[in-house]
Amino acid sequence: MTANIITASGARNPEPVLVLAEFETPKQLMSAAEKVRDGGFNHWDCHTPYPVHGLDQAMGVRPTLLPWVVLAAGATGCIGGLAMQWFMNATDLSILFIGYPYLVSGKPFWSIPANIPVAFELTILLSAFGAFFGMLIFNGLPRFHRPHFRSERFRRATDDRFFIAIDKRDRHFDPESNAAFLEGLGANSVEVIEE
Amino acid sequence: MKDLKGFINPNLTPGWESPETLNTWDKPGSRTPLIGAGNTDATVTEKVCRVIEGPPTIGWIIFFLISASALSLLGILVPYLIFTGVGVWGVNNPVGWGYAIVNFVFWVGIGHAGTLISAILFLFRQKWRTSINRAAEAMTIFAVICAGLFPGIHVGRVWFAYWMFPIPNQMELWPNFRSPLLWDVFAVGTYFTVSLLFWYMGMLPDLASVRDRAKEKIRKVAYSVLSLGWTGSNRQWHNYERAYLLLAALATPLVLSVHSVVSFDFAISQVPGWHSTIFPPYFVAGAIFSGFAMVMTLVVPARHLFGLKDVITMRHLENMNKIIMVTGMIVGYAYLVEFFIAWYSGNEVEKFTFLNRALGPYAWAYWIMVSCNVLTPQIFWFKKMRTNLKVMFIVSIFVNIGMWFERFVIVISSLANDYLPSAWDYYRPTIVDVGILIGSFGLFFTLFSLFCRFLPFVAMYEVKGVIAGQEHAERQEESAGSSTEEGASPATAMT
Repeated sequence: MTANIITASGARNPEPVLVLAEFETPKQLMSAAEKVRDGGFNHWDCHTPYPVHGLDQAMGVRPTLLPWVVLAAGATGCIGGLAMQWFMNATDLSILFIGYPYLVSGKPFWSIPANIPVAFELTILLSAFGAFFGMLIFNGLPRFHRPHFRSERFRRATDDRFFIAIDKRDRHFDPESNAAFLEGLGANSVEVIEE
Repeated sequence: MKDLKGFINPNLTPGWESPETLNTWDKPGSRTPLIGAGNTDATVTEKVCRVIEGPPTIGWIIFFLISASALSLLGILVPYLIFTGVGVWGVNNPVGWGYAIVNFVFWVGIGHAGTLISAILFLFRQKWRTSINRAAEAMTIFAVICAGLFPGIHVGRVWFAYWMFPIPNQMELWPNFRSPLLWDVFAVGTYFTVSLLFWYMGMLPDLASVRDRAKEKIRKVAYSVLSLGWTGSNRQWHNYERAYLLLAALATPLVLSVHSVVSFDFAISQVPGWHSTIFPPYFVAGAIFSGFAMVMTLVVPARHLFGLKDVITMRHLENMNKIIMVTGMIVGYAYLVEFFIAWYSGNEVEKFTFLNRALGPYAWAYWIMVSCNVLTPQIFWFKKMRTNLKVMFIVSIFVNIGMWFERFVIVISSLANDYLPSAWDYYRPTIVDVGILIGSFGLFFTLFSLFCRFLPFVAMYEVKGVIAGQEHAERQEESAGSSTEEGASPATAMT
């Protein structure tokens, strides 16, 4: 079995950009991923229809920094929420706009308990933005063009098949030897994508 | 999952169980698989995607047309209200908060079950949430849209609705942050935004599945854009799962805060029957209760209509019925405690308010509320009833009605008969009130039927994860049975 070559239509000087190997089960993928990791590859990835547990260790993925982003966003929301309420209801400072000290039933202009709900909601709101948009940015989304999508087989990566992809940026990238290596690890089929 | 009978304890089965209810029984020491036999990754994708790929069914078209006509009522009555004024409603001098606020609290409450299923059950690692969480979250978003409509039109002069937000304006005035009504703006606004992000993020991998199956050009482009180029790469999953966990952890305190803040609208005022510290927990329990009932109302017909019976199984439904029963009893307990505290406080006005609720001019509403919310769910003590589709559907309708009346009793009866008898009046809704209520149901069901038609109804990737876990557990159980030295008991294998 040799690797199928898929060339982008209309490419002038097609060059290989991706080696794509298909596996039947998560178990096969997992043991193959361990071998690829141990082979010293650095720009490669596994594609699975659902998160496969243990694959992070098998691939050697480092823990994400996302929680810190969320913490920073949440702290901004909390402090920003308190500052906003203080400026709008407790001062007559003029910073771009003018604050308006409200006198409500002779209560103090500034007392924390009344300001907790809004500060809390803004903490949650900004943390959620941090989690969602942080995830998108860390994952490089949205990105609609990827060489993977040229493969007809790859459509099943979101259904029931498991893939390993080696990118051309990898230091060991070499379509022929990579394809043979992945076939040796039990891949169903190996494709090389050129564009 | 080969022989389901093997999972069943013969001493426990009374003999009435049908093939559908089989997976609600467990053999001691092990768990019966959640997802029906014979389902693989490919069949799950096929079953869920088929719903939105084929032509619409007759059942769906009829349901959509009925919902859309109810929605058109809203399209007529809301402009009529805005051009004429709130006088078209039945609100009068003591009862300034009529149907609009009753509906608002009702719809916000409905939303809570979706977040409970998607966030709180996720944190508790309850795998049965996976088949129903997508639909429940969609329900949350549509319910909050319905809820948001009411405070908007309730302000009367809707063109001043922007006064609710801290926007710099020509009056150089800011909102008053001491007002619980303003907290509500932030709570409900945050709740809607976070629920929408959580729902959409949970849907990304499934939208990619739909994209990869799409044949027509328009479909392909639309789902490509919606799925943002998701490839299911493990480095993406890594960030994705962490973001999902964080959103769940954020949504959990949020959902508890939202209905607490809604209850502050009442509890922080001085009106007898409202000024009570029990309100936040009581409102949150009631919200979850009503929301689960609405999930039931939607899911029981939908799983039948879309052929998803072995993905949303009887076990899922039975678990929801258990939650309906528990939260129903919490609500019943709150009704009792309110009475006790009214008596124990020694406050004449408070005592009168509660006796007046049960025996006064709104006694009919009070007893509808008690019988629907406290008595009907008690039928779920019987497993035979808990696993009966017709019974659970009817109970869910009763609970929806009961919870609407709970808000009616709280809002209307307290305002109509407060401190001074000279200020009392009886509140009567007008036809416009009723029309707008029906219209809000139309909006809700129209949005929900569009969701069923165009977006994946079940979280496919999560169900696939559950199936992978099931297979893993079965293999371990088999190996534990064959070789005793391995020592893995089925109980640990299931965890």
